[in-house]
Amino acid sequence: MLQFLLRRAVLALSVCLTVLVVAFALTRLSGDLAVSIAGPNATSEDVATIRKNYGLDRPLPVQFVDWAANAASGDLGRSYLYRAPVSGLIRERLPITLGLGLSGLTIALLTAIPLGILSAMREGTLLDRAIGLVALLGQAMPSFWLGLILVIWFGLKLQWLPISGVDTWQGYIMPGTVLAFSAIPALMRLTRAGMIEALSSDYIRTARAKGLSTASIVLKHALRNAAMPVVSVAAVQLGFMLGGSIVIETVFALHGVGYLAWESISKNDFPVVQAVVLLLAMIYIGLTLLADTMNAVLDPRLRAG
Amino acid sequence: MKPVLEIENLRVGFADGTAAVRGVSLKVARGETHCLVGESGCGKSVTALSTMNLLARGARRSADVMRFHDYDLTSLSDRDMARLRGDKIAMIFQEPMTSLNPAYTIGSQMAEVLERHRRVSRAKGLERAADLLGRVGITAPGMRLAQYPHQLSGGLRQRVMIAMALMCEPELLIADEPTTALDVTVQAQILRLLQELQRELGLALLLITHDLGIVARMAQRVSVMYAGQVVESGSAEALFRAPTHPYTRGLLACVPIPGKTPRDQPLGSIPGVVPRIGPGFVGCAFRDRCAHAEPACGGTVPRRTVAADHDAVCTMVPA
Repeated sequence: MLQFLLRRAVLALSVCLTVLVVAFALTRLSGDLAVSIAGPNATSEDVATIRKNYGLDRPLPVQFVDWAANAASGDLGRSYLYRAPVSGLIRERLPITLGLGLSGLTIALLTAIPLGILSAMREGTLLDRAIGLVALLGQAMPSFWLGLILVIWFGLKLQWLPISGVDTWQGYIMPGTVLAFSAIPALMRLTRAGMIEALSSDYIRTARAKGLSTASIVLKHALRNAAMPVVSVAAVQLGFMLGGSIVIETVFALHGVGYLAWESISKNDFPVVQAVVLLLAMIYIGLTLLADTMNAVLDPRLRAG
Repeated sequence: MKPVLEIENLRVGFADGTAAVRGVSLKVARGETHCLVGESGCGKSVTALSTMNLLARGARRSADVMRFHDYDLTSLSDRDMARLRGDKIAMIFQEPMTSLNPAYTIGSQMAEVLERHRRVSRAKGLERAADLLGRVGITAPGMRLAQYPHQLSGGLRQRVMIAMALMCEPELLIADEPTTALDVTVQAQILRLLQELQRELGLALLLITHDLGIVARMAQRVSVMYAGQVVESGSAEALFRAPTHPYTRGLLACVPIPGKTPRDQPLGSIPGVVPRIGPGFVGCAFRDRCAHAEPACGGTVPRRTVAADHDAVCTMVPA
């Protein structure tokens, strides 16, 4: 188990390094940074001064090592737009995005797994098909539209939930639901497929021959074997929710990392862009590592191999 | 003595119209081994799974009598049947490599049986599991309990399956080709083990096999199945001494007997394959492969007594 984790950690570290290089390279390829910082009315002297002050005249490898070393120590530079340290900007917004992503994932899992199990147990029946259809509709629904519908119904007409902000935990319910909708179909189908395979396996026949209860057969013996792909995909989905919640943050007026990223990209605020890309990449890597570890806990064969 | 398991006129049909089992009757007494023989697809496994009520969804089962001791298996609820399975009736399967759950330790999977049926603690369950692993000839049982199925060989896994089946001291053990997937030396060990356990525990053993060598070695009673029917049944001795149904004789001709079968002649074989039997099929299902087929074989062929405790379904048996 330890060896397995070590190998995964080394792999994760090398991915981290690659991401650092790519994140750095992308911002340098998007145009002359000194020009965009200086603004449209700047003279060429101004640009030259800025280039010198920000260290943009140094060779790229030097700039990279400098940035990477600072990033490693938690200093992600200063935002030109906000005139504030990037790390502070992110620290303010990260809890909102994390709260949103986690509530989205929780809602998605709590819906998709029971539906998937039910669908698998009633494979081929009307219920199975109905669940599949609902999942398809969910996938086809644009999230901004669903978000607005929810706001109109539950926020304005019924007034059950706040329509914007996350001052209370109720504020996470609607945006979380919208986020969850995009993840539910894939998770549901994976659960269903995995459960159908598991339920028709020889070890389930053994479990039944042992006279175990249906709950034990389905939830203990089958689900554990069906869960692995679900865990892997859920980790990726969570990463996607954390990085791709711009639309939802806009609809529900939440100032999270997604909104910050969109803002900084459109204004070419490159230290923020670099930092957000780096952060999201780290989150992805962390989540993948977590999923691998969870799968190794679920399946003993992975620990050896 | 009253048999432990008694089945009369068992019929199983699948959703696609196939009649997999057509009126099988058999009895297994305490301490007795009853072998169910026949080639692939003849309905042996389906008969066994019906007894356990483990048929796949879509299969329909009916029987005039299906009794385990005083339990009427035809009318038992799923819940009550589940209480019987693993407790008083146990089953082992042909596929030791895939019959254990890869995600749980051997100990957990074994102890679970006792926890379910006897409401004992995990520790008590593991203790019993270790005892039984030792009993089926597994060394260092303590270590094995903590291992996962993928760490064990096929032979070991089948021993684990047997030990697991014995957790609650069942009265009936159904073994569906328990040695088919194993190599020959391991086969012999497993069979010896089953014999010992049977003698010791007084098990009623329903052993399903296509291997007549195993039948000769293990069986007190034999039922030969063909296309969903028992075509001949009797004591092992009578059946081997005077096989009557052409199918039984054909099966026996396929097996070389050292010192008796001539070396320079090819072994017997039965041409063709088991036909798929749809609803409304009449007559002997073997007639298309039978050298002795006659017009009467197309009509209803009754079960006739060959000798005491020996009967066959064939027109050649005098009424």
